[in-house]
Amino acid sequence: MAKSRFSRALSAGALGGLLWMAGCSSSSDSVRAASVKNETSRKNAPNFALKDADGRTVKLSDYKGKVVLLNFWATWCGPCKIEIPWFIDFEQKYKDRGFAVLGVSMDDDGWSAVKPYITEKKLNYRVLLGNDTVGDQYGGVDSLPTTFLLDRNGKVAATHIGLVSKSDYQNEILLLLDDKHDDAGAGKQPPRTD
Amino acid sequence: MMMLALVSSLPAQISNVLTLNPPEKVSGKRNDVVSAAFELVLRPGYHVNSNTPNDEYLIPLKFTWQDGSTQAVDTVFPKPQSEKYEFSEKPLSVYSGTFKVETKFKILQSAPAGASTISGKLRYQACSDKFCLPPKNIDIKLPLFVRE
Repeated sequence: MAKSRFSRALSAGALGGLLWMAGCSSSSDSVRAASVKNETSRKNAPNFALKDADGRTVKLSDYKGKVVLLNFWATWCGPCKIEIPWFIDFEQKYKDRGFAVLGVSMDDDGWSAVKPYITEKKLNYRVLLGNDTVGDQYGGVDSLPTTFLLDRNGKVAATHIGLVSKSDYQNEILLLLDDKHDDAGAGKQPPRTD
Repeated sequence: MMMLALVSSLPAQISNVLTLNPPEKVSGKRNDVVSAAFELVLRPGYHVNSNTPNDEYLIPLKFTWQDGSTQAVDTVFPKPQSEKYEFSEKPLSVYSGTFKVETKFKILQSAPAGASTISGKLRYQACSDKFCLPPKNIDIKLPLFVRE
């Protein structure tokens, strides 16, 4: 039987991915709200190109200039389900301030599983279908949800592995939206991606 | 004696947070229905969905068996626990800790006499109260001895 997307990603990219994760998260094996890193210790989020539900190719680099909540999730993941209404709320509240949520589904069953879920849960943000390569780039993503907050320069400012509180996310998003030290931040109009 | 040696060399089949301990052996005559009890042990702090999860998106605990000398005719799961987690709006149908699942096999008329193997898989998906792990499959190789 074919190995799952996750086990392939883990075996193929475990070492490099774990090293990358170690640089992005101060504690990759514990579940807690990671604080926003200072700018000097942030690393570039790996770029990728994935398809959205409409078949359009979306590059992460298209979002440079925006604060991005990059959420790896799956339809079978209970904790992910709790976070989704928060992300819908964030997208609605902060979209006009240069913020975007990007969901990357790691469902092995693909769009046949994900599209009905998007409709049922009324997701208002863009969802992409993940693959092994992107999973490797982001450390194997062996636990879901795994969420990265990216600053306006496309750098990883915070990493969350597992369920954290809505207020943790909100505080971090607001901090990044108001970050006056970001080169691409204050006073710069983010590009439109829709 | 040979059979005993084979059985004792079988390691527990371990995959991440769940350990599957297969029965020592299954034996019987052709057309017999024989039982195999599998012990499943979850690492503390984790649970798996039961065979009948109460959410259509959740992945059930499931055994599948390949055709061969036997046919699986029934699988008996224990009564699931109904647990409420921080992430669930309603209680979920799960297993945690140590539990047993019994599968009944009919030994087919066409089964050759002597030692062989029943092959199958256990599919499960585990979570803690904060995160979930990807679905996994554990390969099962269960020794079978068909008596004349």
